Amino acid sequence: MLIFEHSRPGRRATAQAPLQREETPAIPDAMRRKRPPRLPEVSEMQAVRHYTRLSQQNFSIDTHFYPLGSCTMKYNPRGSNALAMLPGFLARHPLAPESHSQGVMACLYDLQEILKEVTGMQAVSLTPAAGAQGEFAGVAMIRAYHDSRGDTARSEILVPDAAHGTNPASAVMCGYKVREIPTDADGDVDLDALEEALGPQTAGIMLTNPSTLGVFERRIAEIAQRVHAAGGLLYYDGANLNAILGKVRPGDMGFDVIHMNLHKTFSTPHGGGGPGAGPVGVSERLEPFLPVPLVAYDGDEYHWVTEKARPQSIGRLSAFGGNVGVLLRAYVYARMLGREGMSRVADYSTLNANYLLKRLTDAGFEAAYPNRRATHEFIITLRREAKELGVNTMDFAKRLLDYGMHAPTTYFPLLVPECLLIEPTETEDPETLDAFVEAMVRIREEAERTPDKVKTAPHSLPVRRLDDVRAARELDLAWQPSAAEG
Amino acid sequence: MSNLPADLKYTKSHEWVRDEGDGTVTVGITDHAQEMLGDLVFVELPEVGDSVDAGGECGVVESVKAASDIFCPVSGEVVEVNGELADAPETVNQDAFGEGWLFKVKLSDPAEMAGLLDNAGYEAVLAEEEH
Repeated sequence: MLIFEHSRPGRRATAQAPLQREETPAIPDAMRRKRPPRLPEVSEMQAVRHYTRLSQQNFSIDTHFYPLGSCTMKYNPRGSNALAMLPGFLARHPLAPESHSQGVMACLYDLQEILKEVTGMQAVSLTPAAGAQGEFAGVAMIRAYHDSRGDTARSEILVPDAAHGTNPASAVMCGYKVREIPTDADGDVDLDALEEALGPQTAGIMLTNPSTLGVFERRIAEIAQRVHAAGGLLYYDGANLNAILGKVRPGDMGFDVIHMNLHKTFSTPHGGGGPGAGPVGVSERLEPFLPVPLVAYDGDEYHWVTEKARPQSIGRLSAFGGNVGVLLRAYVYARMLGREGMSRVADYSTLNANYLLKRLTDAGFEAAYPNRRATHEFIITLRREAKELGVNTMDFAKRLLDYGMHAPTTYFPLLVPECLLIEPTETEDPETLDAFVEAMVRIREEAERTPDKVKTAPHSLPVRRLDDVRAARELDLAWQPSAAEG
Repeated sequence: MSNLPADLKYTKSHEWVRDEGDGTVTVGITDHAQEMLGDLVFVELPEVGDSVDAGGECGVVESVKAASDIFCPVSGEVVEVNGELADAPETVNQDAFGEGWLFKVKLSDPAEMAGLLDNAGYEAVLAEEEH
């Protein structure tokens, strides 16, 4: 029920009512609205109950196991929130002079240094306001680099078919054509196809390593060597950085540019679509093109580095220095973990994934890449269940909600039929992982005995199975008063 | 295995082509393709007059699960598109080889038709995918 549907004419919530009526004589009559806006008229208690109920209907990391593959839904420590919300940070104005902002600039500078160290890159810019913008910045820098050398015939970005959909989208946004590279049966990039695709038109390749297939690209050094030999650059999509944090560094693998999803690897909230942060790191030759502002330290004070010092910068991507509140949370998280803690993230995220994979395959589920060890995530395919029991991946996913677990990523990557991409993260305990296996086994039993129960799930949630086809075909997002209400 | 009409040609990327005998061909996606995609919610087609290249992207089919490019099986000029699909993309799900056709192309190189798969060849592609 929408808050508007609780509305009754004349009902008031005095706590939320303005204390006095604002006079606005400067607005000309012609531009004033003729009728007051249609706002819900509810009591204070109704408003409180409505929003409390909505918050209770939510699935979130704070309430449920959330093994959404490639999204790294790890616990967001309260400590990060508490420290990022210290009064000194909250009260800071972005236009305050540098001398008044030394504290927050010190944190941002340290975060730049930490991200450089952990990724093996030469320099980092924190300003991109989300992962997608980080990707855009990364490809824009590749373009700026080639252009600065007069190398303007490079028109193609190579993207493996296992990539996130954002990769080809970012490449196209920067004016490139996308060429897809197939994956071999074990989940590695097909080197012959890569060789065939490389040429003087190649601007670069965008890779996620480990890939979205949940396996480490074993021939990355050779791929880097071949792409560089063709004059192209290597872009690292940081989506799966969690698996290798503190273990292997993209810079050492030969990557020239990387974006990081702080809401994944560095545990800032995913909440509600934002705000996000997608810092970018680069190798030496791309450094002049980094988006500004950056924070520099002269051994005494911190300074903003702007277009003045970086005339070749691709420019600004957000107002001021990016989403500082998010960056501070990542900074606190990184400092709480320390160097050793970071490598424990990789240890336990891969241990949890491999434990879960082993238990699921022991229980009779089919691994998509049975010859490969999982990284921090893995894929199972329910094609056998779909064929023999007529219960498909979406049915399993919906039924998992009834068992109090958010479903893993479904039907992605597109290469694997009827797949679930499962990422438990390092913050889950063995009991939770066992409960997930048990739920999967029980759902399969239900699929054998009472398939309709699974096919019509969920049964215990505020809403039943949604008609997503009709929702997409007859898009209707805006609330309208019924005719009777006028 | 679905019944594959013998009078059609096929591509590995799951399009079908029907030779209309007058220098034009009709193009669609196969029944297998629509089944894999699930319920379609949107179909983006080329425009009449567009010139298309064999193997090039010339449209998009979007379902609740995924958006997938349509690759043009042959080169030539688009002479007609199935306008009904704008309001009724589900036609492709219901009748992929018939009413759910996508567009028609006037061939610029009729020899390209010989490079397409026949129904047995496409069936082998499907069998391999199954494996």
